Amino acid sequence: MTLSFHAAVAARGFDVSLTVRPGETVAVMGPNGAGKSTLLSGVAGLLSPDGGRAELNGRTLFDLDGGKRTWTPPHARGTALLAQEPLLFPHLSAVDNVAFGLRSAGVPKREAKQQALRWLSEVEAEDLALRRPAELSGGQAQRVAVARALAADPALLLLDEPLAALDIHSAPLLRRLFKRVLAGRQAIIVTHDVLDALILADRVVILENGRIAEEGPTREVLERPRSSFAAGLAGLNFVPGTLQGAGVRTEEGLQIAGHGEDPGGSRDSARLCTPGGPGVAVFPPSAVSVFLDDAHGSPRNSFAVTITDLEPHGDQVRVRAGSLAADITPAASADLGLVPGMTVHFVVKAAAVAVYGA
Amino acid sequence: MIRKGVATRQRVKTRTRVPAYSGIPGWVRVLAVLAAVVVVLPLLAMVLKVDWAHFIPLVTSEPSQTALGLSLRTSAASTLLCVVLGVPLALVLARDTFRLQGLLRSLVLLPLVLPPVVGGIALLYTFGRQGLLGKTLDVLGLQIAFSTTAVVLAQTFVALPFLVVSLEGALRTSGSRYEAVAATLGARPGTVFRRVTLPLVLPGLASGAVLSFARSLGEFGATLTFAGSLQGVTRTLPLEIYLQRETDPDAAVALSLVLVAVAVAVVALAYRRPALVRPAPASRTTAPAPAGADVP
Repeated sequence: MTLSFHAAVAARGFDVSLTVRPGETVAVMGPNGAGKSTLLSGVAGLLSPDGGRAELNGRTLFDLDGGKRTWTPPHARGTALLAQEPLLFPHLSAVDNVAFGLRSAGVPKREAKQQALRWLSEVEAEDLALRRPAELSGGQAQRVAVARALAADPALLLLDEPLAALDIHSAPLLRRLFKRVLAGRQAIIVTHDVLDALILADRVVILENGRIAEEGPTREVLERPRSSFAAGLAGLNFVPGTLQGAGVRTEEGLQIAGHGEDPGGSRDSARLCTPGGPGVAVFPPSAVSVFLDDAHGSPRNSFAVTITDLEPHGDQVRVRAGSLAADITPAASADLGLVPGMTVHFVVKAAAVAVYGA
Repeated sequence: MIRKGVATRQRVKTRTRVPAYSGIPGWVRVLAVLAAVVVVLPLLAMVLKVDWAHFIPLVTSEPSQTALGLSLRTSAASTLLCVVLGVPLALVLARDTFRLQGLLRSLVLLPLVLPPVVGGIALLYTFGRQGLLGKTLDVLGLQIAFSTTAVVLAQTFVALPFLVVSLEGALRTSGSRYEAVAATLGARPGTVFRRVTLPLVLPGLASGAVLSFARSLGEFGATLTFAGSLQGVTRTLPLEIYLQRETDPDAAVALSLVLVAVAVAVVALAYRRPALVRPAPASRTTAPAPAGADVP
């Protein structure tokens, strides 16, 4: 019960290897155009990669590397796809939509209908059974779509931002539903929401520019991000460079002092922290103070930056300067008279900066 | 909740009643009226010329009945042929990608703009006794030209593009996302076609079929050239009208009116607003889907 997948699509600069273990839910995150949908389409068989091979539960999905090309069509893969939009067949009632996969598998009409009703009750949508998709709200339709995907008894469930199109009232309900149905189920979920990754997934894969930038248990990736995208998800400042002592030196020559200890992570930091190797300095915006002058006091980092944006962030003001951010109180912001374009100093204690190999 | 719903409906009503700024110059309106007159006036003139006292006998005369019957039968047959052949063609043109696809699409549309008499000559040199396939068919004992089969072929030739065009449009509009979902749910291509694609484009297919039927019913040039005008065999209603015009103008007018009536019915069928969304059940309690979801 394992998915092993490797595919390359030259036209999209896509080259990804991914393994999903039995019963594991993997969240795929990344900026727009990173190849998340290409990944799902490749697994589902809706897109034919240039090369690679994939296997699901011992069955070859495609093998395009050897001389003999193997290709399993989408309908024979057992990989049900649930998209952002429910895409319920508009001419079929909810229960007939759910029964669609069963009927396609040759289950007799009556039995398919009974099973479909069971799946509808599983997603708390029994009372919607006879409705047409046009008579359902967005959240209701997505629930029926979940039942339809599950009823097809897929070996692997593919979810393409299933909560993105829902309003803020329907999303939490659906998220709870996914939490329940994804437990112990093999699934890949593409999402923009870090909450989905935390709640629904065992592991997160960060895609950037058609490649896997980083992967690991969701908590670990968010606590010790090794890609700027993951750092952004976790709301952390992220400075990549080369390791130097207990700090990081950026390409621009900026030196950031930090601590090399590993406070919560389980990874072997000593092994990862090779001096001179690639490393990152990560620190929360709340640890950054803003000064008008250079206020050096060891062991502190201070760097001159130009403010690009000021925006409300909870009850704080987030001061953005390029890729870096600082959270300060509105009073402090007013005292300093901060405006975009101003040059200030971001100051952060070395003890608040986590440094590790990337 | 109910009151809110009523208020919304009233607001919508008010919005439709108040005309929005159109920005149409006055002279455009004058020309538009002229255009409408060009279309409507001749029909009106013809209706005024109808000899109502003898309308029923004229329309039900033996040659008229024969011609009408033949027209309906051949048009039904060619419409069926258009559906059987046109649906696959539209599907391939809309969903497949292959070399020379654009060329094929243009060629298929050619009968739309080709003078029907040219189509008739082309068919004659294909299926006629000396034609491309005609010689082979002749050996097999099949003679198509100047038979009822020829009428059906001529009608299919000119009517097929109507079905292909409207169906291809419907297929492109609906996209293939439903088909992709159906496939990942385990449906084979045949099942997807039968249970998803066809039902989704049914309105487009229906209007295409109705248009094809109308075009077949009105076919004149290709039929006359390729099939001739043999009473009961190839003389369809338009040919009968043309013939009667010289001997019995009143009969020609009366029969023309029959065709106009059929045409009006066809246009009403093909261009009616599709009522895709069924009325909601009375027990409905939750908010309806956003209006955008109702648009096919």
